[in-house]
Amino acid sequence: MSPRAVAVRAGLQRGWIEFRQSVTNGQDLWSVLFFPIIALIVMFLLRNNTVPGTGFSLGSQSIPGILGMNVVLNGMLALGLSLTMDREDGTLLRAKATPNGMVGYLTGKVLSRTGTAVVGLLVPLVPAVFLFDGLELGRVSSWLTLAWVLVLGLVALLPIGAVLGSLFNTAQSMGFVSLPTMLLIGLSGVFYPISAFPDWLQWVAQAFPLYWLALGLRSAMLPDALAAAELSESWRHLETVGVLGLWAVAGLLLAPVVLRRMARRESGSAVEGRRQKAMQRTM
Amino acid sequence: MITVETLKGRFNETLEGMDAGDNDHRPGESVPPLPPDPRAERSSHTEPVIETSGLRMRYGGSADVLHGVDLRVHQGEVVALLGPNGAGKTTTIEILEGFRRRSAGEVRVLGVDPDDGDEAWRARLGIVLQSWRDHGKWRVGELLDHLGRFYLPYGTPRRARPYGTGELLDLVGLTDRASAVVGTLSGGQRRRLDVAIGLVGRPDLLFLDEPTVGFDPQARREFHELVLRLSDLEDTAILLTTHDLDEADRLADRIVILAGGRIVADGSAPELAARVSGKAEVRYSRDGEHHVESVEDATGHVRKLFAEYGEAIGDLEVRRVSLEDVYMTLVREFESGRRTEAPSELTEVAR
Repeated sequence: MSPRAVAVRAGLQRGWIEFRQSVTNGQDLWSVLFFPIIALIVMFLLRNNTVPGTGFSLGSQSIPGILGMNVVLNGMLALGLSLTMDREDGTLLRAKATPNGMVGYLTGKVLSRTGTAVVGLLVPLVPAVFLFDGLELGRVSSWLTLAWVLVLGLVALLPIGAVLGSLFNTAQSMGFVSLPTMLLIGLSGVFYPISAFPDWLQWVAQAFPLYWLALGLRSAMLPDALAAAELSESWRHLETVGVLGLWAVAGLLLAPVVLRRMARRESGSAVEGRRQKAMQRTM
Repeated sequence: MITVETLKGRFNETLEGMDAGDNDHRPGESVPPLPPDPRAERSSHTEPVIETSGLRMRYGGSADVLHGVDLRVHQGEVVALLGPNGAGKTTTIEILEGFRRRSAGEVRVLGVDPDDGDEAWRARLGIVLQSWRDHGKWRVGELLDHLGRFYLPYGTPRRARPYGTGELLDLVGLTDRASAVVGTLSGGQRRRLDVAIGLVGRPDLLFLDEPTVGFDPQARREFHELVLRLSDLEDTAILLTTHDLDEADRLADRIVILAGGRIVADGSAPELAARVSGKAEVRYSRDGEHHVESVEDATGHVRKLFAEYGEAIGDLEVRRVSLEDVYMTLVREFESGRRTEAPSELTEVAR
C-alpha cells in the first residue's frame, strides 16, 4: 500500500475514534443537540400557527430547516472551530510532524464532523416525529432525497468550515463567526418561509447554501403540496444541485490552498505563542 | 545469519566511530556545502545527521537572529544545545525540523535540505516539543497505535517502523497507563507520552525541546536512562535543548552553546571546562583542618599530598570546573564582548 493510502486508512480510524469520542461525551453531545432542542421547543409552542396561504402547521414546516441549521452548526461551524482548537493545542502540528499526517488528520476530521452532523440531523428528528404532524417519512423517496441533499450539503459546507477555521487564529476569534452564522440562519428561512421576506433579502438568502440545504430537506420531508409555499412554488431540485454544487466546487478549490498556507505557518513557537496568549487571557 | 546489509552496517559503524573523534570543529570554520545525495537513506551512516554551514535567519526587517551557525551532529550522538533565552535555539531547531525557512546558509538534515524534505524524510525524524497538549480525549495506547500507522510504509530492513505500542509504553514507563485518557495524565507522564510519540517512528534523529521540565527527580533520572539507552541501542542521534546544565552534562556527548545567534562553544563538557579554566578544585582535610586549593594537575597534586602526609589526609574531594561555571563564563564573555548585537529573537516573540 502506498504511504498516502496508509494515511487515508489511518484517517478512517481517526474519524471513527473522534466520532466515538464526541457521541460518548456528554458535553459534546449536548453541544450537538442544544440548538435543535431549543428550536423544537419554540416551534412546538408555535405549532398552531400556519404557513401563510396553507393550513399546514408552521412548526412542522420548520422542522427540516432546523435540521439543516444543525448540519451547518455541527458540520461547517464545528469543523472550523475544531481546526482552530487543534492549532492551539498542537494537534495540527503533530499531524505536520507525522509523515502524511495532514492527509490522515483531514480525512479523520471530515469523517468525524460528517458523523456528528448526521447524528445532529437524525437524533432531533426522532422527537420531532412524535411532536409534529404532517412529516412524511414513510416514503422511500423521502429518504433518498434526504440522502443526496445531505451529502451535497456537507460537501458544500465542510470546505467552508475548513477555510473559516484556517483564517481565524484562535478559538475565541472563531467565535465571532457564530454571530453572522446565526443571522444567516434566521434569514435563510429556517424559522419562517422567505417568501414573506422583502425581495432583496430573498436574493441574499438564496446566495448561501443553507437556504438550499433547508429547501432540499423540506422537499424530502414535507408533503408535495407545500411546494406551493416556496419561491416560484416549486422544490427547485435542479437549482439546489446547481447552487450547492457551485459552493462545493469553490470550497474544494479554495480549501486546500488556505489549509496549506495555514499549515505551513505552524511550528513549535507558533503553538507556544498562542499558549502564552491564552494564558494571559485566563489570568 | 550475517547478511551483506548487516556487514555493511557494521563497516559503516566502524567508520562512524573513527570519524566521531574529529568533529569538534570550532565556530568560524566554514564547512563546504555538500551536494545533494540521492542515496540519502543508505549513506546516512557516513555523513553527519545534521550539518549546517553559515546558517542565517532574519525576521522581517529586524536584525539577524542567527549569524552563521555551523553545526554538525553525527549518528548516535547526543548533542545538547544550550544558551540563554533568545539566543536562537528554537529558531535553529525549527529550521532543522523543516518548520521554518532559513534566510541563508547550507543545511542538510539526514542528507536532505529541510526546505525540500518530503514525507519519507519526515518519517525519519522524531520531534518532542514543549507546548503540546494535543489529543486530550484519546487513550494513551490508542494514540500511539494510531500515529505509528503512518510510519509503516517507511520501515527498512535495519529499522522496523513503527515501534510496537507495547514495547514503546514499556520503554517510557507508561505500560500501566495504556488505557488512560491522555488529558488525565500527570505532567511528567504527559511528557513521557510526548517522548513516546517522538519515538514511535523509530527515528534516526530525535529533537528534544527541554524534555524534563516539570519532572520530579526520579522521573528525570528514568528519562535520562531512557535517552542514553536510545542513543546506544538504536543509534538515534539526539539534539536536545535544556536549561538544566546537569542534564546536559549527564546526557550529552557534546555541548554546543549558542549566544546571540552564534555558536560560542562546541565540545565535550571536559573540553569546554579546559577552555575556560585548566584548574580543578581539590578539597581535603589534614589533621582535621580543612583545605581548598585550585590546581592545574589535580591528580599529581593529590599524589603529592598522599606522599607527603599519608594517613593525615582525609575528606578528599576533587571537583572539575562544573558545566555551570563554564556556561556562565562563556555567556558572560560573549555578552561583554558583543553587547551591540543583542539577541534579537525577542523581537520575534513581540510580533
